[in-house]
Parts: sequence; structure tokens; C-alpha cells
Amino acid sequence: MTPDPYFFLVIFAGVALIFPVMPLGVAWIWRRFLQPPKPGPQKNATYECGMESLGEAQVQFQSQYYLYCIIFLIFDVEAIFLVPFAVAFTGLPLGAFIAILVFLLLLLEGLVWAWSKGCLDWAGMRKGAR
Amino acid sequence: MTKQIDEGLRSELQKRGVWVTSTQELYNWGRRNSIWPLQFGLACCAIEMIATAASRYDLARFGGEVFRPSPRQADLMIVAGTVTKKMAPQIVRLYNQMPDPKYVISMGACAISGGPFKQGYNVLKGIDRYIPVDVYIPGCPPRPEALLHAFMELQRKIADQQLTGDNKAAHLNRAQPSEFPVPAFGAHDLEPPSNPDVFRPPKLERT
Repeated sequence: MTPDPYFFLVIFAGVALIFPVMPLGVAWIWRRFLQPPKPGPQKNATYECGMESLGEAQVQFQSQYYLYCIIFLIFDVEAIFLVPFAVAFTGLPLGAFIAILVFLLLLLEGLVWAWSKGCLDWAGMRKGAR
Repeated sequence: MTKQIDEGLRSELQKRGVWVTSTQELYNWGRRNSIWPLQFGLACCAIEMIATAASRYDLARFGGEVFRPSPRQADLMIVAGTVTKKMAPQIVRLYNQMPDPKYVISMGACAISGGPFKQGYNVLKGIDRYIPVDVYIPGCPPRPEALLHAFMELQRKIADQQLTGDNKAAHLNRAQPSEFPVPAFGAHDLEPPSNPDVFRPPKLERT
């Protein structure tokens, strides 16, 4: 009787299982019987580059930081648009000048709005206006 | 562990293509050829350590190129440079966090004794006051060849370590500690100024 054509897959699966499990098992046996574990409060402590770790890992960050970043990003991009505008300023037609003014005013309005909403205040620094 | 097999018989067998070894030799051979140092430099000696790991001196030939950024994966701590009193507790803590077996190379004059800053108020006079050191390298800073030499000395030391018996290696001995007390910042000095269980300086007798 010829073996099933898919029989080699069973062999593959077996080898794939034994190959990683065997060294792990040998390492476990070695650790269990030959190498006494020496745990300790410092060895098991959280690794913090040699410093003692402070507080919990799951701390909360203020969402204020995110708002700050977004506003910074918008005005960062605005600066990139302003550089070519400034370089070509003398050769610009009136329409282009008005277009960039509209662009600047839109962003300025956004800044005023964010300011009035208290986005520029660091969390808890100014009460109200939230 | 005494040698179970006669050396003559062993070399005779080797000529016939039969390789005989003991668990201890195999274990130590594996360990000494994959010593992973902690990626940890303190001062100018660290530059020489970097040069040793780079292509010209090539520490990889000895199996020590894998500098680990975490003590959890490191076997060897190369104390490369001046140990200030501010830094000493962190070094001891890092050493404590390394898994056994672990080794220490004290690289350069500063790590051995404080070196040129020995009279200073803020430099520890040798890291061996707090942690056991396996190999000392003199020099200010030692050349990469010196670090390679220290590495080979450490390999020889590991090769000679016993798995059983009274003289067995420290990491296999339950009585030997794996952690050492971290010194605290005192009013004028680290407290304690040295760990008497580790630091046994030779007594100088002046005649």
C-alpha cells in the first residue's frame, strides 16, 4: 500500500514541533537540575537603565499635549508654504497675493478660535474657558 | 570534576575521528564562545571598547560582538571608565539585574582604583569595592588589544570553571550571592564606602 500523498505533511508537522520543543526542553531540564535559580528583589525589579523605577507603567498623558502638537503641525506646514511665497513675493500678481492672504487669514482665524477655546493653555494652568 | 578519560587515549581517538568530551567541557566551550557584553560605557575607555567591537579589532572573532542594551541578556559587564560616586549605585544595580552566570571586566585605571582621579572627592576608588571583578586591565585607556587580552583571559577562566565539586563556579553555588547591596548616597560619601564581603584589599606592609 502506498502512503497517503499528504503523509509528508504529518512528518513536517512532527519535525516542526519537535525541533523547537526539544532544545527548550533540554534548557529547562538543565535549569531545573543543574543551575540553581537565584532570584532577588533587584534582579526581578523593572529594568530602568540602572535607576530605581518610579510609579506605574500605565500612567495617563494629558490630551492637551495632542492638541498642542496638532496646532504646531498646522503652523509648521504653513511656514513651508510661506517660504516660496516670500521668495517670489516681488514677482507675484495681485490674485496670488490675495490668495495667500486668504490662506493666512483662515489659519489665523483657526488660531484665534483655538486660543479662545483654551487649547494653548497647558492643562490646569487656567481655569475655565474649556 | 576529574578528567574521566585519559588524555593519550583521547588524542588517539581524535586521530581516528572519534571526538570525546565531557558535559563540563561542552558547557564551558559554549559559554566562553558567546559572551555577550552589556552595552555600557562610562568614559574614554568606552571609546576603546567601541573600537574593540568595531571591524579593525573585531571582538566578534571571540564571540563577544553582541553588545546587549539590557542587562537581562548580558553575560559580561565591562566597566569601561571612571566610576563616579553618583554612578556607582546604578552600576551595582545593573550588575544585580544581570542573570547568572555573570562576569565583570574592570577596564582601565579609573575602574580599578580611581586612576588619575583617585584623590578626587567624587570618584569611586575602584568598582571592586562593590562587585566582584574577574579581570582587571591596566591602562589609561587600555588599547583594544588589551581588552581583547582581557576577553581571552576571561574565556580561559570560564573554560576552567567546574560544574561540580567544592570548587564549582559561583553561579552554580547556592551559597554564593547573585545580588550585592547597592550603596546609598550619604552626606559625604557612599554608604557603605565599600562592601567588606567583596572588597578585600591587600595589606600593605611598609618596612
